[in-house]
Amino acid sequence: MSTLEIPVTSAGPRPPVLARRAWVEHVMGTAVSVHVRALDPGRADVEAAVDRAVAHLRRVETVLSTWRADSDLLRLQHGETDTAHAWVADVAELALEAEERTDGLFRAWRSRTGGRTVFDPTGLVKGWAVAGAAAHLDVVPEISYSIGAGGDVVVGAGPGPSADGPPWRVGVQDPYRSGRVAEVLTLRRGGVATSGASARGGHVLDPRSGRPVRRAGSCTVVGPDLTWADVWATAAWVDPGRAARLLAERDPGYRLVVL
Amino acid sequence: MRRITTWLLSTVSALVLLFSYHTSTGSGGGTAVAADANGAAGSTSGDSSATGSDATGSDATGSDATGSSTTGSDGSGAASDGTGTGDTSGDTGTGSAASGASGGLADGTYTGEAVQTRYGPVQVKITVSGGKITSSVVTQVPWSDHRDQEINAAAVPILNAEAVQAQSADIDMVSGATFTSQGYLGSLQSAIDEASR
Repeated sequence: MSTLEIPVTSAGPRPPVLARRAWVEHVMGTAVSVHVRALDPGRADVEAAVDRAVAHLRRVETVLSTWRADSDLLRLQHGETDTAHAWVADVAELALEAEERTDGLFRAWRSRTGGRTVFDPTGLVKGWAVAGAAAHLDVVPEISYSIGAGGDVVVGAGPGPSADGPPWRVGVQDPYRSGRVAEVLTLRRGGVATSGASARGGHVLDPRSGRPVRRAGSCTVVGPDLTWADVWATAAWVDPGRAARLLAERDPGYRLVVL
Repeated sequence: MRRITTWLLSTVSALVLLFSYHTSTGSGGGTAVAADANGAAGSTSGDSSATGSDATGSDATGSDATGSSTTGSDGSGAASDGTGTGDTSGDTGTGSAASGASGGLADGTYTGEAVQTRYGPVQVKITVSGGKITSSVVTQVPWSDHRDQEINAAAVPILNAEAVQAQSADIDMVSGATFTSQGYLGSLQSAIDEASR
């Protein structure tokens, strides 16, 4: 073989240089950032898919927000309407399944003083919504992406070789030594959700007692589906030991990190 | 490797946070003064976007001084900026090459968008030097009641250190539970995005 046949400029196969682009939108009470890696992340189809993903989240917010009084969910609860988006029923069904799968460690219904039962699906709506948004990016060829929404992270890739590209590195905040990352999870597909002590005091209620969980630390769950990672993270925060056993038994594809 | 981590230019950030109750627009009270004394960063990088977004409205002073308790603890952010002071022009080429190839950050100062949390807006300003975040400053935090003040006085310097820390650990996303820090991360992310363009 003559060297003349070899183009001077290409000294052999090299991994393609992936560029990265990020979008940030304010939705669902937090900032949602979408990162896309591709040879050309400025492609119009990428842009359109990101728009659809964000639009999905905005729609979820108008339907299922628990703090916007004009959401379908709250207007339904306040008796201001009889009709609601089908997502309300979808999420209610999902919440029932989550309650069953976690043996009641996750529960979206709680009774208020006065006897009225309130449906508060906060514990799973964000994960479910972000997973739904990610579906719009799963169909875009030759990209990989990650979406971060207030501590919930989903990672994936569209069809093509980009799925085998560099993985995404997701840091887990150290709940004891703020400012530090306690663990780094590396993944190409899947979701990461964390539940834990909030600066505001316990905001996760133990469904068994009705009281907020009050202790330090956090529970992170990583697995194939962000929706269920979110559910299991909430359940694990309520009772880490029991959730760990249930998780191993019922959803072995998920890993629990207790900090 | 996505970011060249071998060096840092020195950036000295002096920070005074003056807080007061602020409105939803965030342009008036509740903002903070962030004085970035860039050392070699702006002049050696040759990057045209340096110092561009410094002139935001959030630099306005004029808040009452009741909440200025966070100044002392900003030492954490400044301390982590102190490494690698000897590096100058030689590394600049590396830095800009990295930014072209892998989406590293362009040197300069960037203000993230104000992120609405259910407790109020959170806004972050970062200084990028040599393609890495060398300091981050919260210019707006929820500050509407006494409890907020307690939380934020403790959280703000911690979060600032966190940005620098997370960056050095080369992380794409962060998973965590603290609500205010989620707003913080969101604003930080938008500042990073600004720097990536």
